[in-house]
Amino acid sequence: MKKSVFKDPMRRWGWFFLGPVTAAFIIGFVWPFVQGIYLSFCKFKLITRTTWVGFENYAKALSDASFMHSFWYTALFAITSLVFINVLGFAAAYALTQGIKGSNLFRTVFFMPNLIGGIVLGYIWSMIFDGILSRYGTSILLETKYGFWGLIILMCWQQIGYMMIIYIAGLQSVPEDMLEAARIDGATKTQTLFRVTIPNVMPSITICTFLSLTNGFKLFDQNLALTGGQPFIIQPDGSTIKTTEMLALNIYNTFYGSNSASQGVAQAKAVLFFILVAGLGLLQLAYTRRREVQA
Amino acid sequence: MNRQESIAAERRRKTVLSVVLAAICIIYVLPVLTVVINSFKLNTFVKTDTFAIPTGEMWAGFTNFIKGMTFGNYPFWNSVKYSALITVLSTALILLFTSMAAWYIARVNSFFCKLVYYLCVFSMVVPFQMVMFTLSKTADSLHLNTPWTIPIVYLGFGAGLAIFMFVGFVKSIPLEIEEAASIDGCGPVRTYFSVVFPMLKPTMISVGILEIMWVWNDFLLPYLVLDINEYRTIPIHIQYLKGSYGTVDLGATMALILLSIIPVIIFYLICQKYIIKGVAAGAVKG
Repeated sequence: MKKSVFKDPMRRWGWFFLGPVTAAFIIGFVWPFVQGIYLSFCKFKLITRTTWVGFENYAKALSDASFMHSFWYTALFAITSLVFINVLGFAAAYALTQGIKGSNLFRTVFFMPNLIGGIVLGYIWSMIFDGILSRYGTSILLETKYGFWGLIILMCWQQIGYMMIIYIAGLQSVPEDMLEAARIDGATKTQTLFRVTIPNVMPSITICTFLSLTNGFKLFDQNLALTGGQPFIIQPDGSTIKTTEMLALNIYNTFYGSNSASQGVAQAKAVLFFILVAGLGLLQLAYTRRREVQA
Repeated sequence: MNRQESIAAERRRKTVLSVVLAAICIIYVLPVLTVVINSFKLNTFVKTDTFAIPTGEMWAGFTNFIKGMTFGNYPFWNSVKYSALITVLSTALILLFTSMAAWYIARVNSFFCKLVYYLCVFSMVVPFQMVMFTLSKTADSLHLNTPWTIPIVYLGFGAGLAIFMFVGFVKSIPLEIEEAASIDGCGPVRTYFSVVFPMLKPTMISVGILEIMWVWNDFLLPYLVLDINEYRTIPIHIQYLKGSYGTVDLGATMALILLSIIPVIIFYLICQKYIIKGVAAGAVKG
């Protein structure tokens, strides 16, 4: 940064420009984050009276069958939804950049579900699924596979439009002369798509896969509203596994469930969840960045 | 001849594509239409005849809406008020303070600035569950548990994306304009408010849209922080109706859901251009 005439007087106003955000940021993020890490190593019923227990909470979290179940369930969900949302989102964007009539209207409609909140979406779809399934004498709350695919359909409905917007921006930035050159060289539409267009929209693919994967892992509202974890299975040892409960909901239920002694365990789960989400994001980013350079 | 044929084929292909997309569009709006028809249907028929148009004995008129207004012993109007209050206040706070901070960070670039900036970027990858327990306790002890004070929590937890977007934009503004202002005798505060602030407008709109969409629809943060008996936002109210009663009046719930998505859809249709631009700009997060 080069030295400028107004930098020095500016420094004297640092408290004015940075103060409000820094204060709120400490209250809303930094302090809760640090305290959260600390509490994950403690046993406590009241936040003011804590006993240090080392890694005991983490051991308990990892040996909790419901937590491990929700981990695998969430991973399966995140990967499945990633594939569906991105393939369909890309297809929609590709179709809407062909210069057909009504493209704007289609775009408006496809994006619309994004503005509806997760809780409301969950209840809209639970009514629809139950409306269909009740004809066959069943309900979305009765079978795990209905809950899983129901949530996939819901998330597709909500997120395809969002990813489509990002893909459209990517597709519009593909250089026209490159497409022209491919056409003159006699490339078919499919060849052009896979050899020219897709390598050129790799940055958008990076962003969208990253977003849909972390969205899938962090999903909470829709999960809570659509099935709330049902159906339940009672284990031989008396504990319950909520078969459609995802990680975020599992952590929530451990915090605010009937057993208030398990809040330390819940915080340990939350730390593991944070490491997973942050790690996944970084991993995926590094991987797709490499692909971009090659392409 | 060959060329004409290929143009005709191209035109046919486009027509087919239009028809297919139009069909998908209709499927896309069906869920919302289902909400509309069920909000006028008597409760007992919602489950058995979900997809039927309410006629004859199913027709409930506006009774669902009237019932919904005081449904769950909580006036729906209050939820609307609190949701609007929290959304407007939070967005205003975030826009004002994060843009100020971002300008300072981009221009001064001291160690402390870098620290704040990287912590903000870091906060974007932290899921809410990581901090929800401790955050709600902290907010409680600082009395940030009312609709008038919860915007401070939103400012803190939502600062990351806003700072990130503003810093990126400020760095693209040439320094010379601000230097000219400062040579003409503007102090930093005046330089910011009369020179920089107006230039930030496009990013303000993008960030504002993203924050409005987030805060208006947010469920868990206000649910954990606010005193639920007194203050319920719309998502909390709807969750409460479903969660706390054994048998729910689905007709009335759908009426409330319809009422809660109408303003959103109107907002969307009016600001569509900005919303889509804002979403594309905000997608850089991560």
